[in-house]
Amino acid sequence: MENLKRRNFIKLGGTSVIAGAAGLSIPSIVLGATRKVVVIGGGAGGTIAAKYIKKADSTIDVTLIETNKTYHTCFMSNEVIGGNRRIESLKYEYEGLKKRGINVAHSNASAIDVDNKSVVTADGVSLSYDRLIVSPGISLKLGTIEGYNEEATLNMPHAWKAGSQTSLLRRQLEEMDNGGVVIIAPPGNPFRCPPGPYERVSQIAHYLKHFKPKSKILVLDAKDKFSKQGLFTQGWKARYDGMIDWVPGTDTGGGVTSVSPNNMTVSTDFEDFKGDVINVIPPQQAGLIAQSSGLTDSSGWCPVHLDTFESAIHKEIHVIGDACVATGMPKSGYAANSQAKVCAAAIVASLNETEMATPSYVNTCYSLIAPDYGISIAAVYRLTDDRSKIASVSGGLTPSNASAETLQREVQYAYSWYDNIMADMFT
Amino acid sequence: MLALFRCIGAAALFLAALMVSAGNQTNMLTDTCIVCHGNNGASAGPAIPNLSSMSPNYLMGAMLAYKYENKEELNKIIDSDDRFQDVEAFARNSTIMSRIAKGYSETEIKMIADHFSRQKLYFAKQRHGQAEPQAGKELHEKYCASCHENEGKSSDGDSGVLAGQWKPYFLYSMDDFLNGNREMPKKMKSKLSKMIAESGKSSLDQLADYYASISN
Repeated sequence: MENLKRRNFIKLGGTSVIAGAAGLSIPSIVLGATRKVVVIGGGAGGTIAAKYIKKADSTIDVTLIETNKTYHTCFMSNEVIGGNRRIESLKYEYEGLKKRGINVAHSNASAIDVDNKSVVTADGVSLSYDRLIVSPGISLKLGTIEGYNEEATLNMPHAWKAGSQTSLLRRQLEEMDNGGVVIIAPPGNPFRCPPGPYERVSQIAHYLKHFKPKSKILVLDAKDKFSKQGLFTQGWKARYDGMIDWVPGTDTGGGVTSVSPNNMTVSTDFEDFKGDVINVIPPQQAGLIAQSSGLTDSSGWCPVHLDTFESAIHKEIHVIGDACVATGMPKSGYAANSQAKVCAAAIVASLNETEMATPSYVNTCYSLIAPDYGISIAAVYRLTDDRSKIASVSGGLTPSNASAETLQREVQYAYSWYDNIMADMFT
Repeated sequence: MLALFRCIGAAALFLAALMVSAGNQTNMLTDTCIVCHGNNGASAGPAIPNLSSMSPNYLMGAMLAYKYENKEELNKIIDSDDRFQDVEAFARNSTIMSRIAKGYSETEIKMIADHFSRQKLYFAKQRHGQAEPQAGKELHEKYCASCHENEGKSSDGDSGVLAGQWKPYFLYSMDDFLNGNREMPKKMKSKLSKMIAESGKSSLDQLADYYASISN
């Protein structure tokens, strides 16, 4: 009798007509149907969204689609370029997420069928979803800088996605002669990791100072100012005086506009520059799947509702991390982590028809100027009442008069941040 | 029959909706802390401290001191709020926490403190000297144990949990105490001065090794 009752219950639950006819909306959780969440992208945003949905409600079926079986973090990859860290230490795998009951599909998400609520992978598998999270990171706008195409990245690495590009840039620096010129060309805003190019300048300067002290670094920026500029400039003067020449966009008519990989030359509107190692960080936009699914606007990024990260274009699809326009927050790993948690809470609340907690967001970015010289920027954010901005309510930079002891502690705290965010993502 | 299930369903939902507020709001806040302080406040190290199992008074005291860097203001807040009646105000040095703590209300600080105080004590897995723990144990018993009870595992009152804490953090803290960058209770001040006078500064490393060696 008990069994019969249960079977009837499930059978009835499977038909939405019953609930509808009764004039009472019974959410699927009560009736036992499986709710499905699919997450595209296993980086700083996607891993966390998948994990926190599963943590909050283990009955939700969560599938993470990620092309690569191993993940190399962008965070700390500048230390690999500077020679203070091995690339292997940036490598992570998805076993921890599988142990949590998350299905991990190592495939490429090739299309989103918005009408049928499914994702098609390159293997031809179709995965249906009740909610979809798109966390594809960035795609590089190759071709924006004339001559900077896929092939050119092998001569002039961007190293803006960690992995083989990181190792390539490191190798080129190792092979360069003492007295060589390193050119770094950072893009205009917005782009992934705003302090990243300048931490990279610092890390390369640290390497050159100790191993190739006659060398120079020329930074041909597209912008006139950059993240933590005062602190970086102060650190460069203290540690690498005379080695770094940072040229604002105004002086060159907007930075590098074309490259010639065979001659190892970059050109601005006014002048050509020859380099021995050239790191072009090209303009960026949301990851390709976001572009092809119509989740982006004319900016190339994905507009979202800032309380849930649901796309402002397609319902029931959420976009988090670098790909979205999280007005007020930078494109950083910590920001992606924070957005993923807000998004996870929103989706769990929506699927369970409960009320979502009031969002709270945090970002902290450490930058390592030298092995004993770290700086940081931090912020706690709340959504403004009109929901138009994730506004900082506290935070700020390392003070410019910070003691040597403080700067040294910031390095150790940066390493701690790294170990803890990685534990958050992969265990 | 169906009606009954519907009622149960509706009741369950109603309860679920009620339960949302406290727990989920706490998680919304604390989930942002663990990016640096580790899952459940158990830090993966090597320097950011564990928060797990610290007393609520200790954690509230720390957050309030970061938030209100002006001592007078800190005292005023603690004295005027019943929730902080057992919190003692000690000024604190920080790298980043004074920038972060200002983003939270007193109510949120209490929620965060209560949450991490309920997490299981975590003993950081770290290297420690082989010979030192015994020397450190003796120092601990002589100078520290009357407040930091039970091998420094106790979280009663507002003394910090020392057992299993990350060594660099412990040493940074001692450095701050000794340089006057972090205030300490009168009793601690006299015990610490006595220890340094009698056993020298190397006693700090021995203590650090002892607390780092405690693993259960």
